[in-house]
Amino acid sequence: MAELNVDLVAADRKVWSGAAREVSAPSVEGQIGILVGHTPFLAVLRPGTVKVSTTQGVAVEAHVSGGFISVDDDLVTIVVDKITQSAGSSALA
Amino acid sequence: MAGGSQRVYKQRIKSTQSLKKMFRAQELIAASRIGKARGRSAAATPYERAITRAVSAVATHSSTDHPLTRERHDTNRVAVLVIASDRGMAGAYSASVIRETEKLVQQLTAEGKEVSLYATGRRAISFYRYRGRELTGEWSYGSDNPQSDVAGEIADTLLGAFLAPVAEGGVAELHVVYTQFVNMVTQRPRVVRMLPLEIVEGVAAPGEHEVLPLYDFEPSPEVVLDALLPRYVRSRIFSFLLDAAASELASRQRAMHTATDNAEDLIRNYTRLANQARQADITQEISEIVSGADALAAS
Repeated sequence: MAELNVDLVAADRKVWSGAAREVSAPSVEGQIGILVGHTPFLAVLRPGTVKVSTTQGVAVEAHVSGGFISVDDDLVTIVVDKITQSAGSSALA
Repeated sequence: MAGGSQRVYKQRIKSTQSLKKMFRAQELIAASRIGKARGRSAAATPYERAITRAVSAVATHSSTDHPLTRERHDTNRVAVLVIASDRGMAGAYSASVIRETEKLVQQLTAEGKEVSLYATGRRAISFYRYRGRELTGEWSYGSDNPQSDVAGEIADTLLGAFLAPVAEGGVAELHVVYTQFVNMVTQRPRVVRMLPLEIVEGVAAPGEHEVLPLYDFEPSPEVVLDALLPRYVRSRIFSFLLDAAASELASRQRAMHTATDNAEDLIRNYTRLANQARQADITQEISEIVSGADALAAS
């Protein structure tokens, strides 16, 4: 099965990157979920929780203070200003 | 007195030795921090790249008419941000950045523009304060270890100035002078015109065969651009600060290395002079004794 290629970057570092099944992010118009095959998409994020799930379960769950998300050909880039807390099984420090 | 010059040389050797220890310590500190500074600079690149890509995506899909990309003609005031270091002992690092700034200021003044200066780093701040030049904004933040929230603060102040009406000190342009880290031995002062933004340079990023997809924007292209551009400016300023920090440490390492070498030369020199003085004292004593004995034998 095709997978999403996710990059989660903060202002001063790359927080997480890898293959994922689903991404959930707090867009200004409401929490959005992104699966494989999503149409190209660019949205502004409000403060909230970003969740990246792989086939093994939740990989990253982080509280962010705003930023934006772009989806382009199953390449998801989540750019956030600040990550206030993060939990996950394989987060890159 | 015969022992006098010997003592003076001994003292000089001693003080130069303690200076040498200080230089060596500074060199080692700078050398150990430089790797970290470059690492941080590299760590910030994914963010900058993602933002640049997103900005060019929006730019190709909507009209890019935004206050931050618009040329302002209502005022001839321009802002110049100079990024220097907090501490000295870095050779010509701060001096060359300040010299570059002065050149730019002169050029802008010649074009009939009024320059308002913003400075980061204590060296630049004290340079301008000593000369009685007014600084519109100043930050001293620990120039060898910049944080992203400081960069945000600087960017917000400058964006505020760019968007402000003329009566409240609005500026028409923003130039940044910082030191670009080329490699360990070359760091070059560089002038960048930051505002108004030229989005054109970002659009060229994707290759010829790669066509940017048609994006859906949420809530709208304008709002997305509104959110993106200030972040873009913030990330650029942060990367300037990081680059300047790496340059500062590299300059400091090199300057302190030279200083250590010079101290060694001085010590060698003084040791020779001290030996010479000692030998001269001994020779004189011998000739005094011999001539004394000769005088006694003659009488």
